[in-house]
Amino acid sequence: MKPAAFEYHAPESVSDAVGLLAQYGDDAKPLAGGQSLVPMLSMRLTRFEHIVDLNQVQEMFGVSSTSSGNGANSANGINGAARIKADEVRIGAMTRQASVETNPTVAQKVPLLHLASPYIGHFQIRNRGTIGGSVAHADPASEYPAVMLALGGIAEVASPLGTRDIPAADFFQSTFTTALAGDDLLVALRFQPWAGPCSFAFAEIARRSGDFALAGAAVALGANEAGKINRAAVGMLGVGSTAVRASSVEAALSGLAVDEVDAAEVGRLAAQDMDPVGDVHASAEYRRSAGSTLVGRVLADALVQLTEELKDG
Amino acid sequence: MAEAVAISVKVNGRLQQGLVEPRLTLADFLREKALCTGVHLGCEHGVCGTCTILLDGQAVRSCLMFAVQANQAEVTTVEGLALNEDTLHPVQQAFSDCHGLQCGFCTPGFVISVAAFLEANPDPTDEEIRHGISGNLCRCTGYQGIVAATRQAAATMGGKSR
Repeated sequence: MKPAAFEYHAPESVSDAVGLLAQYGDDAKPLAGGQSLVPMLSMRLTRFEHIVDLNQVQEMFGVSSTSSGNGANSANGINGAARIKADEVRIGAMTRQASVETNPTVAQKVPLLHLASPYIGHFQIRNRGTIGGSVAHADPASEYPAVMLALGGIAEVASPLGTRDIPAADFFQSTFTTALAGDDLLVALRFQPWAGPCSFAFAEIARRSGDFALAGAAVALGANEAGKINRAAVGMLGVGSTAVRASSVEAALSGLAVDEVDAAEVGRLAAQDMDPVGDVHASAEYRRSAGSTLVGRVLADALVQLTEELKDG
Repeated sequence: MAEAVAISVKVNGRLQQGLVEPRLTLADFLREKALCTGVHLGCEHGVCGTCTILLDGQAVRSCLMFAVQANQAEVTTVEGLALNEDTLHPVQQAFSDCHGLQCGFCTPGFVISVAAFLEANPDPTDEEIRHGISGNLCRCTGYQGIVAATRQAAATMGGKSR
């Protein structure tokens, strides 16, 4: 259980980190929280000549947000706020999962991230693990990719050529495979807060607390003043080679009155959007069945909250 | 061959310096260089929790980071939790009182995790306790004694701060 030898680099800026990745190419790997990479190195499932530790890159930590009209409002002293558009929340890639979980801006403006965070490993893991690490690792059973996909988050990526945005829909390509090239560095994630009456719910099924989920679901719903659903986003994890959107469920919900939805029945449609893989933990059929039942339950939870919110007006 | 890196880590209040290979985990550094053998290694991939330490006050798995990453940081292992060698930390006392251990292999990780958990949740419910200890595995006790110990530690530590 000892990793192969590597050379250690600890850059202090994004540009230095990108420079190292460009210099060493495929022989280099960025190290974020290390909660997946270090075990993979220790078990020698992978090895790299150069490890580029991002833990000293201060500009990659923290949460900031803008609201239209009142300009940048930096919550944790993050740089790079220049890239934020009106009404966006920007979360530095090195922000610890524990910070995402407790950050009040995240809880208020991107509630799904707040709700999903406690499901990641255990608190000792979240003290070290980062949001960018989870997203860049792209484990199909992890929480943040499903939330990012459902909400249409943006990956802000730095490379020697400059900084560019990759939408979530283009980011996740396959298991452990993203649109990031060897000299790309995921710098931050950006999300647009939902406006108007809306509700959010998240849950997953796992054999033991903290284990990777057999299936999980993230649901965001929005309604107009008349109580008709005008926005639905459903992300699923553990039921395909990447996080997946339950597009059938989203389409079925569109235009329905909030109090008329049969959540269990609509949830069953999610089975069409999955391509689960069977393994020692659960068969593909079980994941499909449990996953679609779970989507129905999480949807029911979101509907109850949305009804409350419409009542409170 | 990767070059060794000079690091300096404050371990249980004492400065520990050394030349380390970058691939040396913090857990191995603490055990072999700082001689804090209370840091146990069970799974070495972040599941069992017995290597849990406090890094700048936060509970983390010492098998899931490299010693070079702890340069300039402050580490507390189970050896450094109590005020001095003659006393036990309230969490240690509670594990002793409530049969929170049998073979003892998992105990250092539990003690550190519970101390950190109670710091953040001074008055937990039983359900919160069970959730709080879910990141550590024990194969002897069936957890009942550990839950009872956590409850007792919460009471004694709360009593102290009031």
